[in-house]
Amino acid sequence: METVIEIKDLVKKYGENEAVKGISFEINRGEVVGFLGPNGAGKSTTMNILTGYISSTSGEAKVCGYSILENPNEVKKRIGYLPEQPPLYFDMTVYEYLSFVYDLKGVQEDKEKHIEEVMATVDIGKVAGRLIKNLSKGYKQRVGLAQALIGSPEVLVLDEPTVGLDPGQIIEIRSVIKKLGEKRTIILSTHILQEVAAICDRVIIINNGKIAAMDTLENLSGVGKGEYLIRVRSSFSNIKDILGNFGRVENMGHTESGTVDVKITTDTDKRADIVKTLAGSGVDVLMLRPVEHTLEEVFIKATGLAETEASE
Amino acid sequence: MKAIFKKELRNYFLTPIGYIFMSAFFALSALYFVQGMVYYQVASVAYILSPLNMICLFIVPVITMQLFAEEKNKKTDQLLLTAPVNVSEIVLGKYFAALAVFLISLAVTFIFPFIFFAISKPILSEVIGSYIGFILVWSVFIAIGVFISSCTESQVVSAILTFIVLFVLYSWDSLTSGVSVVWIKNILDWFSVLKRFEDFQIGLLNLPNIVYYVSVVFATLFLTARNIEKRRFN
Repeated sequence: METVIEIKDLVKKYGENEAVKGISFEINRGEVVGFLGPNGAGKSTTMNILTGYISSTSGEAKVCGYSILENPNEVKKRIGYLPEQPPLYFDMTVYEYLSFVYDLKGVQEDKEKHIEEVMATVDIGKVAGRLIKNLSKGYKQRVGLAQALIGSPEVLVLDEPTVGLDPGQIIEIRSVIKKLGEKRTIILSTHILQEVAAICDRVIIINNGKIAAMDTLENLSGVGKGEYLIRVRSSFSNIKDILGNFGRVENMGHTESGTVDVKITTDTDKRADIVKTLAGSGVDVLMLRPVEHTLEEVFIKATGLAETEASE
Repeated sequence: MKAIFKKELRNYFLTPIGYIFMSAFFALSALYFVQGMVYYQVASVAYILSPLNMICLFIVPVITMQLFAEEKNKKTDQLLLTAPVNVSEIVLGKYFAALAVFLISLAVTFIFPFIFFAISKPILSEVIGSYIGFILVWSVFIAIGVFISSCTESQVVSAILTFIVLFVLYSWDSLTSGVSVVWIKNILDWFSVLKRFEDFQIGLLNLPNIVYYVSVVFATLFLTARNIEKRRFN
């Protein structure tokens, strides 16, 4: 797969404070990647460096092979950026604003047709003649998204695109982004976990200026490989004696009478051995399944790890 | 650059700023015209334009204060600085828009020389020289306003600072008049923006003076661009 975004050892210092501490990652063409992290983790700083708004202290950011330091305009041509606060001129109408952005970016397509298409994509055609200051927050966000789409950039960088919107607007914007992701490479920052689950193929969890975890959603939610939930017709003390050698055994209570739910944490996949051992001991096994972690758990675990690393 | 120029120029006439500027300009130039013609019987463009330099202290800060300060405050600079344009194009677009508002205002005063020519015999070189000198002086003042606007997020701070700097430049000759050491006085006079304007008023198009004004504009705009670039590294 072709790499579209390449970030290498990126560092950004504000005086003594290091906002980004040597981040590296790559994003392939067509991917929708969620940039997840608590407020102040370094998400916006990384995005601002990638789009050329601010400069890094050291490290490299490349888009489609062009370095933001050496060929800033080549990079900027390929990126559509929606900052956390959409950069809107409130005294302009939606059409005037998009027309200005079209001229500013020096787009070479048929102007009227292109703006109409962009407005149709984010569904703002009916407010084209209205002043931006009179629009609802949801529409303002859409206009911000529309400006990012002017010039048909192959990469979209969206910084917290749903922040401050009501639930209905959030769902609308998410569906627009999902549709855009069918044809483009998107990097989207958020601190809302459900957003990542709803839109993204891959997640980069950033905390305290460092990458804490980076993987597909499936792999991340399976971080607890080696953790199994077993339902047996027996007592907890009996099971603990039988399975104690495999790893840590925890009592998870019971949901059916005469049974007990046990969580066992092992180093490797030992499901077959566990079942054999239990059967050999005459214990009825009613259920055995891997424990799946929610994104919240993954996030807490990953960011917790990052903090431990930082303190070391 | 063209897109930014168009946007800024349009913005001046969407908000009251452009109209305030032009009204003040028309009203005062008309006042000096009437005063000169009726009371002092002087048919001189220099007489009308010269006092207007004082007015620039008040109206230049008004047209330049929002140029960069507001963009930074509203975070719309993120759109400009992440678009595939160079910072110098952004600076020039904004500068020429502010200059255009001034030139449009000035164009209306062209009616006065026509009246002078109709009723008396003014010296053509003085008329042309006064206009060229006036445009050059205001080009410098507007460039300074643009630079100060790029230094702050607050329009009010930008306006006050611009006023102070322009006031110092306007009063430069009075402030330095007490200096008795000749070589220091010569150096200080070299920096005077208005002293050079006197040559233009008597119809003298002195090349070093023109180069001086153009260089100051260029240097100030260069510093503006560097200032914006520098912010990206902080």
